[in-house]
Amino acid sequence: MSTAPPEAQTQPVSSKLRPWGKQHHFDSFDQQQEASYFGMWLFLAQEVMFFGGLFTAYIVYRTEHTFAFTLGSRELDVQLGVINTAVLIGSSLTMALAVWAAQTGRRKAIVAFMILTILLGGVFLGIKTVEYSAKWEHHLVPGPNFHWEGSQGNRVEMFFNLYFVMTGLHALHMIIGMVIMAVACWWAWRGAFTPENHNFIEGLGLYWHFVDIVWIFLFPLLYLLGRNVG
Amino acid sequence: MSAENTNYLNNNYGVKSWLLTIDHKRIAILYLISVTFFFLLGGLFAALIRIELVTPAGDMVQADTYNRLFTLHGVLMIFFFLIPAIPGVLGNFLLPIMIGAKDMAFPKINLASWYIYMAGGLFGAWAMLNGGVDTGWTFYTPFSTSFSNTYVISTAIGGFLAGFSSILTGINFIVTVHRLRAPGLTWFRLPLFVWAHYATGIIQVLATPVLAITLVLMIAERAFRIGIFDPALGGDPVLFQHLFWFYSHPAVYIMILPAMGVMSELITAFARKRIFGYKVVAAASVTIAVLGFLVWGHHMFVSSQSPYAGVIFSFLSMLVAVPSAVKVFNWTATLYEGSVSWDTPMLYALGFIGLFTIGGLTGVMLATMGIDIHVHDTYFVVAHFHYVMVGSVLMAYLGGLHFWWPKITGRLYPVFWAKISALLVFVGFNLTFFPQFLLGYLGMPRRYHAYPEEFQVLNVFSSAGASVLGLGYLIPLIYLFWSMRYGKKATSNPDDAFGLEWETSSPPPTHNFHETPNVTFEAYDYAARETARQAMTQPVGDPE
Amino acid sequence: MSDHHVTGVGSYVLVFLALMVLTAATVAAAFIDLGAFNDLVALLIAFTKAALVVTIFMGVRHASRMAKITVVAGFLWLAILFGITLTDYFSRGFLG
Repeated sequence: MSTAPPEAQTQPVSSKLRPWGKQHHFDSFDQQQEASYFGMWLFLAQEVMFFGGLFTAYIVYRTEHTFAFTLGSRELDVQLGVINTAVLIGSSLTMALAVWAAQTGRRKAIVAFMILTILLGGVFLGIKTVEYSAKWEHHLVPGPNFHWEGSQGNRVEMFFNLYFVMTGLHALHMIIGMVIMAVACWWAWRGAFTPENHNFIEGLGLYWHFVDIVWIFLFPLLYLLGRNVG
Repeated sequence: MSAENTNYLNNNYGVKSWLLTIDHKRIAILYLISVTFFFLLGGLFAALIRIELVTPAGDMVQADTYNRLFTLHGVLMIFFFLIPAIPGVLGNFLLPIMIGAKDMAFPKINLASWYIYMAGGLFGAWAMLNGGVDTGWTFYTPFSTSFSNTYVISTAIGGFLAGFSSILTGINFIVTVHRLRAPGLTWFRLPLFVWAHYATGIIQVLATPVLAITLVLMIAERAFRIGIFDPALGGDPVLFQHLFWFYSHPAVYIMILPAMGVMSELITAFARKRIFGYKVVAAASVTIAVLGFLVWGHHMFVSSQSPYAGVIFSFLSMLVAVPSAVKVFNWTATLYEGSVSWDTPMLYALGFIGLFTIGGLTGVMLATMGIDIHVHDTYFVVAHFHYVMVGSVLMAYLGGLHFWWPKITGRLYPVFWAKISALLVFVGFNLTFFPQFLLGYLGMPRRYHAYPEEFQVLNVFSSAGASVLGLGYLIPLIYLFWSMRYGKKATSNPDDAFGLEWETSSPPPTHNFHETPNVTFEAYDYAARETARQAMTQPVGDPE
Repeated sequence: MSDHHVTGVGSYVLVFLALMVLTAATVAAAFIDLGAFNDLVALLIAFTKAALVVTIFMGVRHASRMAKITVVAGFLWLAILFGITLTDYFSRGFLG
């Protein structure tokens, strides 16, 4: 605590900003923090299974309709996909640094890093919007608007079914995370997080990294199919 | 003195103190009210079904209407009663007390769970008021996605929310058991009720999200024509079934494991004996939870699933029967040379043992592919799952509700009417559902509102049984409600049972215990407790 | 709980750089014809990236035993979902 920058200690903190003070039913603050951490991990385990259903559908249909999926995948813009991957991994870095800042009592740094994370998330979503619009224009959005020249049109539509549901659900998780992060920025600015008490930031970090991991798998599975043939 | 008389019921009054409570005991009461409501509603649909089936002709309702009746019966009973009931009511109330804690690990999330569950109920109610759903509770595609003209999406959202509530409850249970046990309460001193809810939590966390995504995909296909299961796009309706049953089979273990946990408490309390094979029963709970994930394809033997996969699922399904049977042996062995008393909870527990054995054995029959080919989608299956869901889970719920009623409300229920009801339930249940095994074997298909004349006699027995069963459920509703005001006040331990929950007052104080208990006894150690009591009554003696 | 262990900025930046390299690698490998191995390589790289995020960014390296067990359980259950579902799809053709 003595190594913390001075401003962390001089900011007055009202008890209303610290909903994570020790709750009555815990014997110690440590017990509470461990419980909350464990709870977040369990939540992420169920998130794994939530996306898992989609990946199952992907594996089954990719195996059954490999060629059509390759055709669909080649419609995706690898460059934008790579940029998005780098952006999202970068946002994981900034979020990890936000956690570090919380652990070392750097109040302003927590806010700065989380704002950076939100901005990078915004870039990701912006690029995704560009991609989605392009798909709409090329009649690759499933439903009445879908149109494919050439064979396998139906199965290519299935590829795009999965593309939109998987990336859409992923984007929804990102938006939820960013909203919570914005609220956390506000709390952090008011000094709610200290080296002893910043579990919320750690939990948020876990959530954000999970979102990153989902994309780490989505990117090659959706964007990089069949690029090995001419 | 007034501080001593303050308990969780009278510490605060008013609607806000109930609707904004974070006390796990009050949340349990909220669940009690909701699940009772949904049970009665689901029961109403059951009654309508059984009335229609008294005659072979489909003369009471049209086929379309009948489809909605059995769908709503299934959806309400499974998602809004069986899944939340024991964990939400008894688990929520007892788990923290049994481990000597002041509350669940996440009290606010506990309350949120209830609200999310009620929101799910609202979506279900909306669907109901708009004519219901006719897809069957299993929502198979392509009917649910492309052809049904009913409020499928609303019901699916309702199921999604009920599922999310279940996930949060599971997270709460797991973390609570890991982190909030009182000093001295090692894992192997825990009541088996706690082990059961821990195992249930694992299933809730890992299985329910797959249901959630399946419902999302079904909604996406229905609402946005994103045809994930559409054969025209290369999709596979059987994939829907894989994803659906990946949850829905473990879901039945979400229902039965807490019931088995209740059973361990009832049997030990009313045989006044340690459970036979504590570690085995605890291990069996976790084993059932894990193995239960590997068997879902036994619902799909005739779906065009590969028969090779079917063989694997059949074999694994046999395996999962083993730990369940082990528990039945352990409970029976506990009764042996025990001091058995015929109190109401014990009547329900004994009924459970018999009915679960039948339900379980017929489950093994259904797991046998060669048999299932013939009886799939017949009343044999209906009878099987009612034996395990109603004959077992519901009996355990009622037994537990009676056992802990004095603890929860501070009142005693009238014993005479309680025993009568237990008897009515047992007799009515068997009269309702045993004929259905015969009907199924003889070939009567399920989900039909009309049937050939030769099946009428058995159907009449079944419907008659349903009336008796219904009476058996209504009477407790009346006297339990009555007892809250007029019942005799209960002491802290009216049955002299063993367990931390009996060491505190009836009803418990807001924070469960005036002092955090320090646990030195093994579970259900009636003998050791007796020794300790005798030692304490010695006029001169060292405190142990 | 990360057990009061503070991972330094340096570690995070190194992992970030490693993830960038691996991303480049997966894109490059996608354009090289490895036949049936393209999929395997892509998955292996993805798993490596995920492992780095889990162990370092998410701090599982220093986390409690239950956190580690939860991570393993999540992936194990995913494997169950994939694996057993695929026994159906892979064996459908056996009857010819």
